[in-house]
Amino acid sequence: MSTVKIPPVLRQAAGGERTVEAKGANVGEVLTALCEAHPAIGKQILTSDGELHKFVNVYVNDEDARLMQWTDTPVGDDDTLLILPAMAGGQ
Amino acid sequence: MKISPRLAEIVIAHARKEFPNECCGLIAGRGGVATRVVPTTNTEGTPFMYVMDPREQADLMEEIEDSGDDLLAIYHSHTRSAAYPSTTDVDLAFFAAPLYVIVSLQDENKPVIRAFHLERSAAEGEQITEEPVEII
Repeated sequence: MSTVKIPPVLRQAAGGERTVEAKGANVGEVLTALCEAHPAIGKQILTSDGELHKFVNVYVNDEDARLMQWTDTPVGDDDTLLILPAMAGGQ
Repeated sequence: MKISPRLAEIVIAHARKEFPNECCGLIAGRGGVATRVVPTTNTEGTPFMYVMDPREQADLMEEIEDSGDDLLAIYHSHTRSAAYPSTTDVDLAFFAAPLYVIVSLQDENKPVIRAFHLERSAAEGEQITEEPVEII
């Protein structure tokens, strides 16, 4: 299982945990498992279509998953994922 | 929230430095009182949008948490409009706990700082709640 670091903004939705374990062979599967285990996280990071919001970043071992294979990026037991909703806006 | 004139001036100075582009940064605090202002990089670099550099964001969020401070507010500037959240500001407000502080340079001689709780998933009309800013 991969380790997922939960930022403070999502921690309440993850039962207060700073990190959680989630199973999956790639980023997409890990996020699916995470959102199934913690539906409140899914409400915050997924669109109404169930896609990951484009302003939510995911890092695998500090590397931007979008610069790899995005949700198809393979992950294993030793990998750590960080979910990071953007701080963004505009007038 | 309460913020000292010195820290408020750092926010305003950052907005002026980045003008005409929007600036962004974080305000750490304890018990609703700002303890420090940390300017960050707006990766968009435009007058119309801010996206905080995600690596700076991640590092600072962790550092603030480890220091025992709270992430009191996320700030950005409006260079041509009032200090009030735009539709985009609300749509992208993933963070319910920290305040969203907006500094407006609409009147460059009279910068305005206001703070809001934003709840993007709330019903229309209930997404924006203003929080008084005391500069003392």
